Amino acid sequence: MPVDMRTFLAHVELATPVLTAAGCAGSGRELAQFFDLHRLGALVTPSVTMAPRAGRPTPRMTETPSGLLNAVGLQGPGIDAFLERDLTWLAQRGIRTIVSIGGGTVAEYSALARRLTDAPGVTAVEVNLACPNLEDRGRVFAREGGAAAEVVASVRSILRGDVPVIAKLSPDVADIVAVARACVDAGADALCMINNPLGMSIDTLTLRPALAAVTGGLSGPAILPLAVRCVWQVHEALPGVPLIGVGGVLSGSDALQLILAGACAVGVGTALFHDPYACLRIERELEDLLQARGFQRLADAVGLAHRPPGSSPRIPLEENTP
Amino acid sequence: MQVTGTVLTTRRVDAFHALTVVAPGIAERTRPGHFVTVAVGGPSTSMLTRRALFVHDVKPDYGGTVELVFTVRGPGTRWLADRRARDPLDLVGPLGRPFPVPRDPVACVLVGAEYGSAVLFPLADTLLARGCRVDFVLGGAGAERVFGAMRARRVAQTTTLTTEDGSLGLRGRVADALPSVIADTRADAVYACGPMDTLREVTAVAMKFDIPVQVVVEEAMACGVGICMTCVLPVIGEDGTTRMVRACVEGPVFRGERVRFEDVGTIPFDAIGAPGGGARHAG
Repeated sequence: MPVDMRTFLAHVELATPVLTAAGCAGSGRELAQFFDLHRLGALVTPSVTMAPRAGRPTPRMTETPSGLLNAVGLQGPGIDAFLERDLTWLAQRGIRTIVSIGGGTVAEYSALARRLTDAPGVTAVEVNLACPNLEDRGRVFAREGGAAAEVVASVRSILRGDVPVIAKLSPDVADIVAVARACVDAGADALCMINNPLGMSIDTLTLRPALAAVTGGLSGPAILPLAVRCVWQVHEALPGVPLIGVGGVLSGSDALQLILAGACAVGVGTALFHDPYACLRIERELEDLLQARGFQRLADAVGLAHRPPGSSPRIPLEENTP
Repeated sequence: MQVTGTVLTTRRVDAFHALTVVAPGIAERTRPGHFVTVAVGGPSTSMLTRRALFVHDVKPDYGGTVELVFTVRGPGTRWLADRRARDPLDLVGPLGRPFPVPRDPVACVLVGAEYGSAVLFPLADTLLARGCRVDFVLGGAGAERVFGAMRARRVAQTTTLTTEDGSLGLRGRVADALPSVIADTRADAVYACGPMDTLREVTAVAMKFDIPVQVVVEEAMACGVGICMTCVLPVIGEDGTTRMVRACVEGPVFRGERVRFEDVGTIPFDAIGAPGGGARHAG
């Protein structure tokens, strides 16, 4: 019997739990040449900003062990061109779309939310809080509960009530639960974690930082354990809040880890660079794993790892057990 | 499209490697200037970015083969160089925009430096089939880094070789030899592939002769399909404004005079969306 893969982000039902991660699926058209985007739980757009942004200079990317370090700098067309070109294209095809927004001030996030209120085809809005706050010496909003909450509250107050607001959290904080709680108290309907932790790589030939921006966001399987830990901690503290787990998901078993930790949906990012079909493959693998473990519904697996020891069914042996 | 190809043959070509891969579906769709990406390291690889490779040859044998040319630059290309016949290879392609080719039988100079020359051979075949005159200028740091001299001699009217150390042909760079080749052949167009500084020099020469030049850029990319946003360079559009465009989907072939070679690796202040730039609030 097939597993019921439906999941809910607040009141919004998604046919499958596998989403793209913000900034990893282009405008949608690029991946549409490989597969039907309707088969995604939802497409998450790159973080859109008010004005067009040229992004960071190159080199923007370097490969690291089981990971990728990038500093693209939110290159994008700005909200006007995004609404006119990209969102219209997605909406016309009826592709479930979560719009990610990024700003330098609370006012910019509010302005973006206002532009999105009447736009057709917005399933939910994801607030990228890992943007430098121009009014706080460039420190990112996600770094502290108060700053994050201010952005979330303002976006929540502007958007229509039936459009869920998702706060995207950064792992580069001392207490992610405190930031998560502040966002939920400010009205976030769901949380997404994790954004890229900051990393750095040095080119041993040029003897200089490998990226033009010096530091960059680390992604790929190298950060999966970090994502699992963050989802676990936040689900434990806020079990009723829908979580999107993102970070280094390369396989169905990676996705299942995040779901067992408490995520009800999973974002796939860097894996798409390696394999444009990654979302479909991961969804299929996830369904097979759930079925093999006797689940009839994905929802029954969400947060299951939090049950006390001894209450789990006998698990198959790990590869490295003697 | 994505295909699990099978390695047919591997060979060393001086300092470079060439892999012929059976890739039905990709081969028949590949036009001159297209590239493919390959996944490296096998199924449980720790190397997540795909390697973008030039197509040197396309043949209909075995349902379609492509020959890919590369140089070993790190662990990923070293893994590729270790592939043997019958090994599987995960390919995505054809990618990018191919070369525009002239409608009339004009005279074209094809300029290649290092293994970038590879991409010019399928182009030469297409141009010759259209009755164009083809002349080659090929170069590299030393004799073992000049790719395709034999094949060029076979297909082209003339082939001029340059090496920086003087070990083969003329001492110097391809752009040094280019003016006399353009003058001798009364060339109508130039096509070039190679490192960025070579493309800059070649474009400058073509502009001096006031003839069109198409260049293939080699930018580092992670995905090759337009989603990772890492392979950007400043290019002037039809409307005269500069944008940071992706080499993989808007390129890799560009009109040389449109590429702001001096500003590659920077965000020019007048590019759309540049920080603090005048164009920032234009939208």
